[in-house]
Amino acid sequence: MKRSELAFWWLLVLPLVLLSLWGLDEDATLFLKTTLNGLTLAALYFIVASGFTLVFGLMRNVNLAHGSLFLIGAYVGWIVGEYTGSWLLAVLAGFIAAAIIGVLIQIIVFRRMQGEDLRQTLVTIGLSIVLADLMLWYFGGEIYTFDPPAWIYGTTSLPIIEKFPTYRLIVLCISIVIGLGLWTVLTRTRIGMMIRAGVDDRGMLSASGVNVQRIFALTFALGAGLAGLAGVVGGTALSISPGEDTRYLLASLVVVIVGGMGSVPGAAIGALLIGLAEQFGQAYAPTYSVVFTFVIMIIALAFRPRGVLGKAI
Amino acid sequence: MSAAQWRRAMNTQLPRAQVSVVTQAPDRSATSFPGYIPTQDLFNQNKSWLSRAWSIIRIRHSLVLLGLFIYPLIASPFFTYQIAAQSMALGLIALSLTFLGGYGGMVSLSQMTVAGVSGYLIAIFGTSSMTAISLGWPWWLAVIFSILIAIVFATLVGWLSIRTEGIHTIMITLAIGVAFFYLTQQNYVLFNGFQGFSKIGAPTVGDVDFKDPNAFYFLSVGCALLSYWSVKYLVRAPFGMALQGIRDNPRRMNSLGFNITAHRLAAHAFAGLLASVGGILLIWYNNRISPGSINTGALINILVIAVLGGMKHPIGAFIGAITFVLLQNFAIDLVDRQRFNLVIGSVFLLIVFFSPDGLLGLWQKLRVRWASSGRDERIQGSRRA
Repeated sequence: MKRSELAFWWLLVLPLVLLSLWGLDEDATLFLKTTLNGLTLAALYFIVASGFTLVFGLMRNVNLAHGSLFLIGAYVGWIVGEYTGSWLLAVLAGFIAAAIIGVLIQIIVFRRMQGEDLRQTLVTIGLSIVLADLMLWYFGGEIYTFDPPAWIYGTTSLPIIEKFPTYRLIVLCISIVIGLGLWTVLTRTRIGMMIRAGVDDRGMLSASGVNVQRIFALTFALGAGLAGLAGVVGGTALSISPGEDTRYLLASLVVVIVGGMGSVPGAAIGALLIGLAEQFGQAYAPTYSVVFTFVIMIIALAFRPRGVLGKAI
Repeated sequence: MSAAQWRRAMNTQLPRAQVSVVTQAPDRSATSFPGYIPTQDLFNQNKSWLSRAWSIIRIRHSLVLLGLFIYPLIASPFFTYQIAAQSMALGLIALSLTFLGGYGGMVSLSQMTVAGVSGYLIAIFGTSSMTAISLGWPWWLAVIFSILIAIVFATLVGWLSIRTEGIHTIMITLAIGVAFFYLTQQNYVLFNGFQGFSKIGAPTVGDVDFKDPNAFYFLSVGCALLSYWSVKYLVRAPFGMALQGIRDNPRRMNSLGFNITAHRLAAHAFAGLLASVGGILLIWYNNRISPGSINTGALINILVIAVLGGMKHPIGAFIGAITFVLLQNFAIDLVDRQRFNLVIGSVFLLIVFFSPDGLLGLWQKLRVRWASSGRDERIQGSRRA
């Protein structure tokens, strides 16, 4: 690491360490609670953004309908949950519904305009407008909430923080499992190898006899499905209503901008930074919590224009 | 000489020599390079810059001008104010995006945010219903300062976004726009939160009350014409030529000695000027501003307008705006009032699918088809003869 880079990290880390020491000294419960809340929010952001970054990494298209896939997953999951009474089935349904719509988008739209980045992005913007309005039409403006099984909905007692919602810890676990799962799939399986090869050089992968279109469809299904799954998981933690799609789209945008486009570990780092910043902002400076997110993005862009773990394209 | 020194030396010396080569080319576009290195401009040495500017004007321009003057005489106030004036204000903001995207290759979604910044500033500096926040400056001072600060803001956004390219730019500008939306919604000290400001009407200058539909129509049409003309002028000036070169091949332009960053920043600043003027007009038109005026939907509407009209030519922004406003006002006769987004989203999708260059591209295609069918007939006719 270069000396200037090292100095930069010290400049960034030192004030943070000092601030957190001050926070611990001032009110340990609040500080730890905020940290845990930030971690769970980061977990949620990671699930949404990992799909987004996976799709971008392979296909170079910014799927601005990602937020809509999140909301579709949430609504379908809610219907299934109401019908069957099973929360796990709802999660599964959210994943599958979003994955199917993702594959449809890939086959009907993106396959027709290969290599036209801007046009693909414009189409996803159009799709997100249409999908958002269709969902508003069908589901109305009401707020929907899930009812998960009792064993994950109570509170858990932790040291110092007396009570913490169990469900948020579950979200954290789900996210870690998904992160590890993605890592295993990407680094340890044949499919993962193909996906990584596609990220590095699409043309070469295709030339070595791999059906790239199938890999594209598979990745898109996985990315979209993760968004749908996050819809149910996140909808249970908070709630679902129209407008959530933009919120999570913005979150995943900022996360992958900070973390680096196309990198799953980058998404994890970005999600951690943004989730923690948002929660700490809300706890300590409620009026300006968004500004914190924004400042992180500016700092990341100013020093690493491609994001923390981003590679040159 | 180190690489950095070399580049700096190239940046300071080469562009003049390079441009002078371009100005000597016997190209029609070269005739409209007024003022730049006049001694070397062999073509138009005798003409003043004004007469050269006049030479751009064609019959169709005068027809449009005439139409714009007659329009308020025959149209009802609803059509002059609600339709025409609103289209001009929205078109101005979309024009800034067309300039950036079409000529600079930087599709920025935060143009509405720049417009929103100037709108908010005019409410803060000038007069509004929130007397606790508004400073009550005279309108001209408020306008000047709002535009200046909005340009600074646009330049900062540009500084951030030009570090990235292509689709990254869209994402970053979208993130900036949405962040500003949340800031205005959460901040009560300066932006008055969810409520925003109201009663920010157009001022009365001398005897003319710009709140009057006709006066406001002429104000917005005047601003739109001036901006349209300045964009047309700028894209043929050396700066605009260099900008288009940078759009097509940044590396090559860099090795030719052009300062890419400076050109892109200047483009953002100029687009900021257009957007802030449009923003002020839009705020005067709406008589109010709130976070809802600059939310994600509003940001994307500007993109929809620009793409709908076509980003290849500055007139596309206004065509798109007129189409958009007409759809907004009359689509509700066909479908439910709530379903406007569905209509505009579908129209947008259709355009992107079938004519990436927007309505202008559609027109171009039709013209080519007519021209070619006419030629075929002529060929057949000559064969028969």
